[in-house]
Amino acid sequence: MEVEDLGQHISRRFNAEIVSLHSSVLTMGGLVQEQLDRAIEALRERDSELGLQVAQDDFKVNRMEVGIDEDCSRILATHSPAAGDLRLIVAIIKTITDLERIGDEAEKIGRLAARLAGLERPSTNYRELRNLARHVKQMVNDTLDAFARLDATGALEVVRADEVVDEEYESTYRQGITFMMEDPRTISRVIDSMWIARSLERIGDHCKNICEYVIYMVHGKDIRYTSVENVEAEVRQAIQQSEAVS
Amino acid sequence: METAPQPKNENLSQAIPERDAEPPSELAPAPAEVADTYETVGDFTAPNPSIRTRSVDVFYGDNHAIQRVDLDIGQNEVIALIGPSGCGKSTYLRCLNRMNDTIESARVTGEIRLQGEDIYSRRMDVVMLRARVGMVFQKPNPFPKSVYDNVAYGPRIHGIARNRTELDQIVQRSLERAGLWSEVRDRLDEPGTGLSGGQQQRLCIARTIAVNPEVILMDEPCSALDPIATARIEDLIDEIRQNYTIVIVTHSMQQAARVSQRVAYFHLGKLIEVGSTDAIFTNPRHRLTEDYITGRFG
Repeated sequence: MEVEDLGQHISRRFNAEIVSLHSSVLTMGGLVQEQLDRAIEALRERDSELGLQVAQDDFKVNRMEVGIDEDCSRILATHSPAAGDLRLIVAIIKTITDLERIGDEAEKIGRLAARLAGLERPSTNYRELRNLARHVKQMVNDTLDAFARLDATGALEVVRADEVVDEEYESTYRQGITFMMEDPRTISRVIDSMWIARSLERIGDHCKNICEYVIYMVHGKDIRYTSVENVEAEVRQAIQQSEAVS
Repeated sequence: METAPQPKNENLSQAIPERDAEPPSELAPAPAEVADTYETVGDFTAPNPSIRTRSVDVFYGDNHAIQRVDLDIGQNEVIALIGPSGCGKSTYLRCLNRMNDTIESARVTGEIRLQGEDIYSRRMDVVMLRARVGMVFQKPNPFPKSVYDNVAYGPRIHGIARNRTELDQIVQRSLERAGLWSEVRDRLDEPGTGLSGGQQQRLCIARTIAVNPEVILMDEPCSALDPIATARIEDLIDEIRQNYTIVIVTHSMQQAARVSQRVAYFHLGKLIEVGSTDAIFTNPRHRLTEDYITGRFG
């Protein structure tokens, strides 16, 4: 299935609804991305006001999730979609749950950033966190890209990138422990920053989930709970099959 | 701030011509051609099939209505034949009990075997064949006789019942299986044509069942019925499949999804794809199947 296919139904109303549904997921993704960006900015700039604003704005993400959920139910009830259309709707219902959770993590980061703003800063100004955040932001970006283009290959790359994020998280974690052992006065600050690292790592996991839905949507293969190598093999096989048939 | 990638698909829905500007027949893109050397996607065989067809071609005069269709119909399965109008699904269905014999210009070639017997062989008794492979039509067509005589007609001409008591039993059992007995037990002498549409269709199914067929062919059996009567028939199909093999042609995708275990998709006289109903409706392999069941051409 490709993006162009979304608007190729005989029913123009169905076309309009499905195209607008697809783009409202991307709008929601854009909002989540903005929340994450602002939360990280609050951390970097020690802007407690911005951090709290992010936390407050989470309701916008939640509201979008509810709206898209309703649209999905309505399309299921009125159009009884099948095959690729059905997989699209199912994938969207799952995707927005993960997007909403990313929003929740951004909210947490915002709150923590606000709290950290009142504390003394480490000499690195949270370089390791910002580094982890850069990776995760890229993942979110690539995830939305893969979703927008229904690009299974791109989605697969994100699934792979999650391993890098997991490694970075581990090293941030070890570093935090070292800091706390060296100077117990930093403990409360380091624990907060480790919560942020944890949230970022979770965002990576949600991106990975969404990318798994994208692969399901495009090829009809459910690759959850499979190792990355097996996933690659599955996707390659699916691509070959669809090429052989069409 | 990075913005989310914006979809460039606002214009996609406009790719379909305006309804007002074009006559309705031109709304749908023309169905794509499939090469004559095509191969059916998916497994068209069934273990121990009730009906086995190989390389079936049907011509109406010069018109090549069905091309090289290979398909097995499994025992006690419901297989749905779907596809756009003129795709050959009804033509194929009518081959299975030689209904095409009644069309003068029709010519059927290839192999069609019922339990291993060639149904187009010279020795095949067509009347017997149609008792073994019964048919239910789109519009209920009860005989202008009583409810009882409608069901008793087949057993009488085939000499299935030895006496009146046996015939009574057959009529009752058939009406029970068709889920109609409780509604007509007191009206057996009234004309069958006086029943409601859904009841008439169940009467036709009872009439088909009465001669104890192996296979029942159904050509859009619910298209003239309301949703409740349709649900009754679908329920009935699900029940009688314990005893019969059912081949159903339907234009309703939902119906195919609900009643069948396997689906065969026809397109311009070719059998494009065969698969389990689950696979066809969630992840069809051929592009044409996907386009048809998702309403991308009709």
